[in-house]
Amino acid sequence: MEEVRLTSLVRSSGCNAKLPPGDLHKALDGLVQERHEALIEGFESSDDALVYDLGDGRVLIETVDFFPPMVDDPVIFGEIAAANAISDIYAMGGEPALAMSLMCFPSCLDIAVMRCIMDGAIAKCSEAGVVIAGGHTLSDREPKFGLAVTGFGRKDHIWSNKGVEPGDAAVLTKKLGAGLLMTAHKAGESDAGEAISQMRCLNRKAKEAAEGLSVHAATDVTGFSLMGHSYEAAAASGVTITVDSGSLRFLPGAEDAARFGFIPEGRYTNEDYLSDKVSVPPSLPLHLRDMLFSPETSGGLLLFMPSPDAEEYLRRMDGAYIIGYAGKQGDCPVIVR
Amino acid sequence: MRTLDTSGYSCPEPVIMTKKALKESPEGIAVIVDNRASKENVTRYASALGYSVEAAEGSGCWTLRISR
Repeated sequence: MEEVRLTSLVRSSGCNAKLPPGDLHKALDGLVQERHEALIEGFESSDDALVYDLGDGRVLIETVDFFPPMVDDPVIFGEIAAANAISDIYAMGGEPALAMSLMCFPSCLDIAVMRCIMDGAIAKCSEAGVVIAGGHTLSDREPKFGLAVTGFGRKDHIWSNKGVEPGDAAVLTKKLGAGLLMTAHKAGESDAGEAISQMRCLNRKAKEAAEGLSVHAATDVTGFSLMGHSYEAAAASGVTITVDSGSLRFLPGAEDAARFGFIPEGRYTNEDYLSDKVSVPPSLPLHLRDMLFSPETSGGLLLFMPSPDAEEYLRRMDGAYIIGYAGKQGDCPVIVR
Repeated sequence: MRTLDTSGYSCPEPVIMTKKALKESPEGIAVIVDNRASKENVTRYASALGYSVEAAEGSGCWTLRISR
């Protein structure tokens, strides 16, 4: 197979390629559709996936996610894209079952590269118990890959992002900084080893570790950044979430990537969109601000649980940590201290 | 002072171009950037290396004077 740097073919990569949240809001605001009564979570909520009531105590959960490569190895790209897409099912408290692939592929690339992307995706899907049952392929200048994933859950155990209650601890299951490190990696400035391992890691264990515990709300941290996804949960739940900047954990090298300006454009558009929704102290060091607003790819679950459940969760789930607490709704949906 | 035009490029490309140009002209360069992310990121890169950066706004772009 011909050697090719996948990342050299794309302008932006991973969840860094998401449209800015402000633009998306403008484009979609006010769209009206007929409401299907079995649809529990749909277009109008900013949740991770749709939830459809199957009428027998079960729900169907469906999501789609695809993006340009952030790594050069096509097998690893396939794994990361699959882990990232499947994560939305876990973030809703569901079990993923089926997937359809979405592939955009340049005609100049060796077709064996496509096979490698699929090999990686299938390996990750089998780890999650997911079967890729079909898909669609387009010829495109830039490669892109992802999955539409279907999962199932119990109606009384769905985790949406709108159940956060005052007093809940906010628990994050992965480190921050993947978007910064992948920008440095694209520039040849970082091997981003730990970021790549983390992005390949399914959020399956993070979901299963909460079995039997009370989870009031959940989401996963991806392109809209820790602040963006925290804001969505706070706004949907009618609470204020206070994040302790000192509690945040970063991937090794992410702070240097920020210091040297290897920062994805999404970091700036996320901050613009959130400027009146998130309160960050002016004294906060710039690199911490970067971590708060930078897009993440295949990031961790962000779970909102009563403190005793959160403590038990931390005992069960290696690498999980409390980043803050929810309180009664104040002037600002998210406050960073 | 040598001028580097990064218009039309998106991050991290302008930072990589600046890095290369500063290696060749370590005394300083002027960098034209056409978007806010590139302006911030090139400024951060040069500042982290100990350069001072002055930004002048033009029509839809900025010129960053990077000097010792």
